[in-house]
Amino acid sequence: MSTNGTADGTLLAVKNLKKHFKIGGGLFKNRAGQVLKAVDGVTFDIKRGETFGLVGESGCGKTTLGQTIVRLYEPTSGQIIFDGTDISELREEKLRPLRRGMQMIFQDPGSSLDPRMTVGDIIGEPLDVFRVGSKDEQKQRIEELLRIVGLNAYFVNRYPHEFSGGQRQRIGIARSLALNPKLIVCDEAVSALDVSIQAQVLNLLNDLQEQFGLTYLFVAHNLAVVAHVSDRIGVMYLGKMVELGSTPQIYDHPLHPYTKALLSAIPIPQVGVKKKVERIILTGDVPSPINPPSGCPFHPRCPIATQRCSVDPPLFEQKESGHWAACHYAS
Amino acid sequence: MSVEKVATAQTIAVPVAEEIGEVWLAPKPTSLWRDAWFRLIRNKLAVAGGIVVLLMILVAIFADQLMPFPYDKSSLSHANEAPSATYWLGTDYIGRDLLSRIIFGARVSLLVGLGAQVIIVLIGIPVGAVAGYYGGKLDSYLMRFVDVMYAFPQLLFVILITTMLGASIINIFIALGLTGWVGLARQVRAQVLTLREREYVKASRVSGAGGPYIILRHLIPNTMTVIIVSLTFGIPLAIFTEATLSFLGQGIKPPIPSWGQMVGENQQYLRSYWHMTIFPALALALTMLSFTFFGDGLRDALDPRMNK
Amino acid sequence: MSNGSSPVLEVKNLKTHFFTRTGVVQAVDDVSFSMYEGESLAIVGESGCGKTITALSLMKLIPHPGKIIQGEIHLHSDTGDVDLVKQSDRQMADIRGNKIGMIFQEPMTSLNPVLTIGYQLMEPLKLHLQMTDEQARKQAIELLRRVGIPAAAERLNDYPHQFSGGMRQRVMIAMAIACSPLILIADEPTTALDVTIQAQILELIRKMNQDLGVGVMLITHDLGVVAELCQRVIVMYAGQIIEEAPIEEIFNNPKHHYTIGLLRSMPKLGPHVKERLVPMKGLPPDLLNPPKGCRFQPRCPARQAKCAETPPLMPMGPRHRAACWFPEEHGA
Repeated sequence: MSTNGTADGTLLAVKNLKKHFKIGGGLFKNRAGQVLKAVDGVTFDIKRGETFGLVGESGCGKTTLGQTIVRLYEPTSGQIIFDGTDISELREEKLRPLRRGMQMIFQDPGSSLDPRMTVGDIIGEPLDVFRVGSKDEQKQRIEELLRIVGLNAYFVNRYPHEFSGGQRQRIGIARSLALNPKLIVCDEAVSALDVSIQAQVLNLLNDLQEQFGLTYLFVAHNLAVVAHVSDRIGVMYLGKMVELGSTPQIYDHPLHPYTKALLSAIPIPQVGVKKKVERIILTGDVPSPINPPSGCPFHPRCPIATQRCSVDPPLFEQKESGHWAACHYAS
Repeated sequence: MSVEKVATAQTIAVPVAEEIGEVWLAPKPTSLWRDAWFRLIRNKLAVAGGIVVLLMILVAIFADQLMPFPYDKSSLSHANEAPSATYWLGTDYIGRDLLSRIIFGARVSLLVGLGAQVIIVLIGIPVGAVAGYYGGKLDSYLMRFVDVMYAFPQLLFVILITTMLGASIINIFIALGLTGWVGLARQVRAQVLTLREREYVKASRVSGAGGPYIILRHLIPNTMTVIIVSLTFGIPLAIFTEATLSFLGQGIKPPIPSWGQMVGENQQYLRSYWHMTIFPALALALTMLSFTFFGDGLRDALDPRMNK
Repeated sequence: MSNGSSPVLEVKNLKTHFFTRTGVVQAVDDVSFSMYEGESLAIVGESGCGKTITALSLMKLIPHPGKIIQGEIHLHSDTGDVDLVKQSDRQMADIRGNKIGMIFQEPMTSLNPVLTIGYQLMEPLKLHLQMTDEQARKQAIELLRRVGIPAAAERLNDYPHQFSGGMRQRVMIAMAIACSPLILIADEPTTALDVTIQAQILELIRKMNQDLGVGVMLITHDLGVVAELCQRVIVMYAGQIIEEAPIEEIFNNPKHHYTIGLLRSMPKLGPHVKERLVPMKGLPPDLLNPPKGCRFQPRCPARQAKCAETPPLMPMGPRHRAACWFPEEHGA
């Protein structure tokens, strides 16, 4: 793994990133534009060659965060520093060459591939956009990519609807590798797959990482899957990151009460094994990011919340080496 | 011991890489168009309509060979004749053969219908696609413009053009095209708005593609269904509008025959010589009906599972 | 629960096939099992294995072009025994929502968006239990309270869209158990929910099962949920039952290689969470043209010549059966 760009091996640094959406508004006075704070001040970094897992439930902002990092959305404020360059405010012309370094794999095998294009064209699109190589060279590269993801090059002229979900995900992975990216954001890349196919694809992602020195940002809601693939994990809630640490840290001694509840809520497919954590069942519903609670966003559902928590938003601080949490009572 | 994998009529045996398994029985290549074609064939009404449309196109192309008499040859001694062996559909008030005029009328109708559609497509698709994809102010301005055009009384505008510039076939279909693209633009825009959020569009953006590339490569091809259906229904609409114009005397001027014109010219003789009005009207009605049946069938065949 | 008490449901040789243009899809192919009073049974498998169609066959709600072409489904209730396969639509309407309740994955599509949930909740009460408006209203409030919806009386007049996903699922559960059915069929009830909400709903279903004695048939692909909630497990593959056992046996002593493969494919939260997964090779078979003999053969690491002969379900241990000639000897 080369370390050009930044000396300390950081490939991606996100600083206080915010993405807000204006919704509603319009002509009616009582519906003055509300703001949906999908991502509300997130700071973390990803080292070259590691897999960073981003986990949380619906409305937590993890998908928006992943898509903002690859500039599918324009950040409202904050910085995204990719391989030494701040890309948060770059215009499209300057940004385009840098796009080669970061790619994305999407969730839905049904809609992530254009149904009107052949598999070969789909995988070759990045090559086409950047005019990489001659027609022949592109053809060779496409066949090579198919082989890398475990599909026969014969399928180059077929259409997506002829393949199963798992195979379509492989095609999507092949597409993301076309330009030799450094960072790949996996946006719920295995969530729509059956368990046994999911395992095949996770192994493939692992193999590719070793083979090509890739760095992954793995966004998912399934904590077991995230823990399986990630070196470090960030837990999100209502647009904020509430805990960040290495996988063993998160699993062995979670600091934030939400992380604890999340871990305890996961049904373990084992019988007769003593439960690691007592099941914490949270009351209430997952809140909406349109009207987040005051103070700490988690306080209405938190089993250990106090008066202070409803007024004073906790800072995201390092509680022990490499382990951060946003809680007044993290322990 | 390997399991016998036998290819059937539906499958081909393809050796696949290790990870997946030894042999995968890949389904034979099926194209979405083929599926649509088979659905279309099963719809009897659509097939009937399609055949008539095809016949009409052939008649229009080979009109010169098919007409028994020149369409403007008048023979006053044979005026107002009922259908006979010589004049299969009879003659009109100045002795012109109705059959020949109706045959040539097919060409006129088709030229107008297709010509108008060409213009509609050339204007409507870009406007709709650009408005739908870029959104924001561009969308607002374009859509306000569309609203204004929509409010325009199409018929009056065409009459204006024909009065000022003359009523040739070209002027008519250009005028029809310039006023008729609005529906297609709206439909294309609606479709693009939906497609814009699809993951493959996002994937394309992440791969570095810009707006024009995405519109041309992804959005418009996936809007084909809407466009084809709009074309198929637009042709009869244009034909009928031209017929209306000509009926009012504002469209194609004699001696060039147009079905609407013939109905208009001859309606005063309806009581006594019904054949002069009824036959062109029938031709018009049959054409409209066939296009409609075919268009309905086409839309049903293309619509449901085009995107599995 | 399942120790000698009488079965409340007996399915015998059920076959549900789909007659499509390209051929016959053998979605459910010769399935037999029983369900006992008050037990919680899981039917587990991946997509396409036939578990959902089995449940829909029980309710006679099979979508077109599917049909039950063979088999019996005996429901034993206090009003007598009936074979559901032979029941007409009208007779089934008496049973659905009354003797058997069902909840689905997507609560939004199962609730009518233009009717209040009070109306929808009172409907089965008035229909099946012949309650008056007043009685039904009272019972509806009680049901909402029981499924944990706060301010039940006020919420009766709300519409489905005013509830969150988890709340809607609770309402669905309330509707399904309104007439104290013998069995509650839950088809992927928590798949579309967040994991913390899932924990709430599973807790609720467990309460229904233990406190009210409602039998629960849980259809799911999530073995974690199964471990949480169920006493007995049926594993389906390619339209057939390939293993059936009590919960401890399935997890600690699985016999069929598909079951083993499934367990090994799942990342388990724990100290070994980063161990490489052992996925099964290949894909589930095409049900238009399934392999002869054991349908898992092409992917099975232990297959031998004899597997070309379809293995029946054979006893493997206490109340444990599996359809395999060469089952796994040691535990998972």
